Amino acid sequence: MRKIFLPLLVVATAMFAYAPYLIDGAAYESSMGLVQKIFYFHAPSGMVMLVSAIVCGVASALYLWKRNPGADHLALASAELTVLYGLIVMLTGPLWARKAWGIWWDWDARLTMSFVGWLIAISYLFVRKYGGPGSDKLGAALAVFGTANVPFIYLSVNFWRTLHPKTSVVPTLPPLIAGPFWFSALALFLLYLLLLTARLHLERQRAALDALYLEEED
Amino acid sequence: MLSTLLVNRLLMALALFQPAAQGEFVPVTPGTATEQLPAGPLVIAAYAIIWVAMMFYLWTIWRRLNKVESDMRALERRRAASSSAK
Repeated sequence: MRKIFLPLLVVATAMFAYAPYLIDGAAYESSMGLVQKIFYFHAPSGMVMLVSAIVCGVASALYLWKRNPGADHLALASAELTVLYGLIVMLTGPLWARKAWGIWWDWDARLTMSFVGWLIAISYLFVRKYGGPGSDKLGAALAVFGTANVPFIYLSVNFWRTLHPKTSVVPTLPPLIAGPFWFSALALFLLYLLLLTARLHLERQRAALDALYLEEED
Repeated sequence: MLSTLLVNRLLMALALFQPAAQGEFVPVTPGTATEQLPAGPLVIAAYAIIWVAMMFYLWTIWRRLNKVESDMRALERRRAASSSAK
């Protein structure tokens, strides 16, 4: 793990630090102006949040099927990161909306479903922390439902009337906006991998400590 | 009957205090347009939130890892002490 961690730390941190310079030089969007610059971290954070929810759900399904502790560790680590990236989305989105739409929040399909997805990840962590014996399996089932919500979050803007931009925005970005956007997206994804690696290490150490306690009791 | 009359009077009185409806739109003089809500603080707040959230989470991992590793060291010391006592 240490072999991956150090290069990942250097590359991800350097990219994350350099991204604001690229964003500063990116073209202004014609109708929103400066506030649209929030997009460069808001949208990739949303993408990483959805990827993390899928990782959590798939790992949980594997855990329910094979009872593999490694899959459970991955699910727990991913759930925490879903909450972290979800928090970033939930806080930066309203800052952008206040200027672009004139309101902090709107209960439309995309925003409401994203909020529900974020709450599912939080409830997973609560179940794992306070659920007692068997909470690993209960939490895993909850995570699978959380993953089922992901396609609805992504496609909601195309099916329902919403203030939120449609999914067609990102694939059709002009080059002056697309370059900094994909750079920021890569930086945030590498940071996700970095934090996931660190969180997985913590979970493995906890499992090793539990094994030591069990050995001592025997 | 009297109450209806009073309500009508009240509504008429309120209408007197309402600002007059806008009859025309006046274009702004070029170069003097200003935004009502400045975007700068919103953008800075958004980036600050991202940095603080990332750093805080990294710090919590580091703190939890330190706690687990110190527990492991303490357990190993206790086991070593008990095995040497035997």
